[in-house]
Amino acid sequence: MKYVDEFRAKATAQKLSRAIAAEAHPDRKYHLMEFCGGHTHAIFRYGVQDLLPDNVKLVHGPGCPVCVLPISRIDMAINMAEQHGVTLCSYGDMLRVPASKRRSLLKAKAEGADIRMVYSTQDALNIAQAEPEKQVVFFAIGFETTTPPTAVAIKQAQTMGLKNFSVFCNHVLTPAAIQNILESPEVRELGTVSLDGFLGPSHVSSIIGSQPYEFFAEEFQRPVVIAGFEPLDVMQSILMLVRQLNEGRHDVENEYTRVVSAEGNVKAKKLVAEIFELRRTFEWRGLGLVPYSALRIKKPFAEYDAELRFPVEEVPAADIKGCECPAILRGVKRPTDCKLFGTVCTPENPMGSCMVSSEGACAAYWTYGRFREQAAS
Amino acid sequence: MNKKRYTSRLDIKNGTVDMTHGSGGRAMAQLIEELFISNLDNELLRQGNDQAAFDVEKGRMVMSVDGHVISPLFFPGGDIGSLSVHGTVNDVAMSGAKPLYLSAGFILEEGFPLADLKRIVESMAAAANLAGVPVVTGDTKVVEKGKGDGVFITTTGIGVVPEGVNISGDLARPGDKIIVSGSMGDHGVAIMSKRENLTFETTIESDSQALHDLIAEMVQAVPTIHCLRDPTRGGLASTLNEMAQQSNVGMKLREEDIPIKPEVHAACELLGLDPLYVANEGKLIAICSADDADKLLAVMRAHPKGEDASIIGDVIEDEHNFIQMETSFGGSRIVDWLAGEQLPRIC
Repeated sequence: MKYVDEFRAKATAQKLSRAIAAEAHPDRKYHLMEFCGGHTHAIFRYGVQDLLPDNVKLVHGPGCPVCVLPISRIDMAINMAEQHGVTLCSYGDMLRVPASKRRSLLKAKAEGADIRMVYSTQDALNIAQAEPEKQVVFFAIGFETTTPPTAVAIKQAQTMGLKNFSVFCNHVLTPAAIQNILESPEVRELGTVSLDGFLGPSHVSSIIGSQPYEFFAEEFQRPVVIAGFEPLDVMQSILMLVRQLNEGRHDVENEYTRVVSAEGNVKAKKLVAEIFELRRTFEWRGLGLVPYSALRIKKPFAEYDAELRFPVEEVPAADIKGCECPAILRGVKRPTDCKLFGTVCTPENPMGSCMVSSEGACAAYWTYGRFREQAAS
Repeated sequence: MNKKRYTSRLDIKNGTVDMTHGSGGRAMAQLIEELFISNLDNELLRQGNDQAAFDVEKGRMVMSVDGHVISPLFFPGGDIGSLSVHGTVNDVAMSGAKPLYLSAGFILEEGFPLADLKRIVESMAAAANLAGVPVVTGDTKVVEKGKGDGVFITTTGIGVVPEGVNISGDLARPGDKIIVSGSMGDHGVAIMSKRENLTFETTIESDSQALHDLIAEMVQAVPTIHCLRDPTRGGLASTLNEMAQQSNVGMKLREEDIPIKPEVHAACELLGLDPLYVANEGKLIAICSADDADKLLAVMRAHPKGEDASIIGDVIEDEHNFIQMETSFGGSRIVDWLAGEQLPRIC
């Protein structure tokens, strides 16, 4: 397929594989975190690690929107549907994520709540238009990539004069999360997690540009290479990171130039700024409360804010006992370090969020990579 | 038979199914006569009994049942009527059997347009005729509006396996070759392209077709085929996992050798799906000994329903029953069971 096969070509992959092996000093290790679940997925689906030397290790980051949403926010969504009788529209991945009391959106739906899977914000708008007697709430999650479509939906609802459409906003911000990881005790003081560099987000960066990473590359002296989601993008970016580390540089470089610019998508950023503002703090699964890491809807658009229109309590909820998702999301543990992995927690019956989405590290390990552990044991 | 039994004919053009059509009374009899029997017409059905009686050929009998609840009812390349014939004919044929007869149970929803029902029954009749496997007995029930989704069709098929043929999912052995009969994922993508809130333009048509004629030639050429199965729900990936578990073996696939149409690939890219998990309704997987593989492949390629057949990998020894795959990128990974529904990625 044109424009896809070029980025998955075996011959080029082998060339890059040799280049990385030649560039990486055998006497040192390279711990590179891929922030995005999209990268995690690509790495496992194409078997990228088979093409890397043993001393280049990939550490999986928290960039899976489904994984980082804390249980309390899913509980809130369920409560909105059940207590206020709203029609809750959600992206598919979210439906299976475990909530409190062994519930999930899918189970709430089976018990009668009006919860529908949508593929886009437009679907949710269409439902609101077609069913004016229903209060339609769009369960908005995701990083900077999915925020502009939510902003567009709110603007559209305003233009159409829709009175039965609102958004349960859970949009979060990437740079704040990366900074939080770099400031964590495991990385800074304890030294239990070594992170030498970052594969930067691709789709997120198409919106925010490469500039937002400049601060922490400088502050924490870690190189960042913004990488596309295709496997060759990942390989090329790994080569660029290894080179930077060898040369003692910590720059923000852009491998994904076919999409990402320094300033990003100015129009989208403007639209987002018009409708959303920073929350003072927001809970992330794994990272805890992260200051200024999420967005809420601004006052002038309050009528589209489901949190105001259908108030439900935000009750802190603990992860399932034994579930290592929080540590896995910070890169502190690997999926196979979790006792639940593959025993009681599988994609069919997920205990933690990382086993749900195809972008979650546990799901990727289980689905694509578990034969490696079996071979090693 | 020529006696006029009903005051007026069924209003196929504007009429709808109502509760009386399942009541056992005259309205039901009329629906069966004017819609089902007239289209699916054959001697056994015309006898009007609650069962069909027939002589049986010598050999092992095979029986299979399949419920059809597809949405939308009409899709590019087929509809629930033809699908309900193909699905069951294929399930019977995957044992190496010659499919002989079908039964059909209809669950209709009150308010369903008779015109649509006619289209479905006509298509079912055409599929059964083409396959040479008649629908010889049936049943009709009606449920209240909102309690069904238009029409559900359950078909049962029976057939007879020729002497000396023993095909079963638990017979794959290390060293065997894995063959698919054609491109993967066509049916699922065709259906998805017409799903509510997901419509996209594509030229892909469902591959829904009966495969017993292809299988008859395969079995004749290589009676010692070990396994045959059609990769329907869950796609190639899930079906191979089923067989690996049944046979207690592993498999090693080569991604490059799995035929996938560019249009299907493109649609899957767009939707964030993996074509290996997308359903097929007119393709089969065959597993045979390495010695027979080339002969079987040649027979399949010589048949129009198997012209794109390809050897996609090998059966290996593996107590974990993993399906491993050498990716076209040069790495390796597992091809696991489908978990939940195949859901698109969101970011």
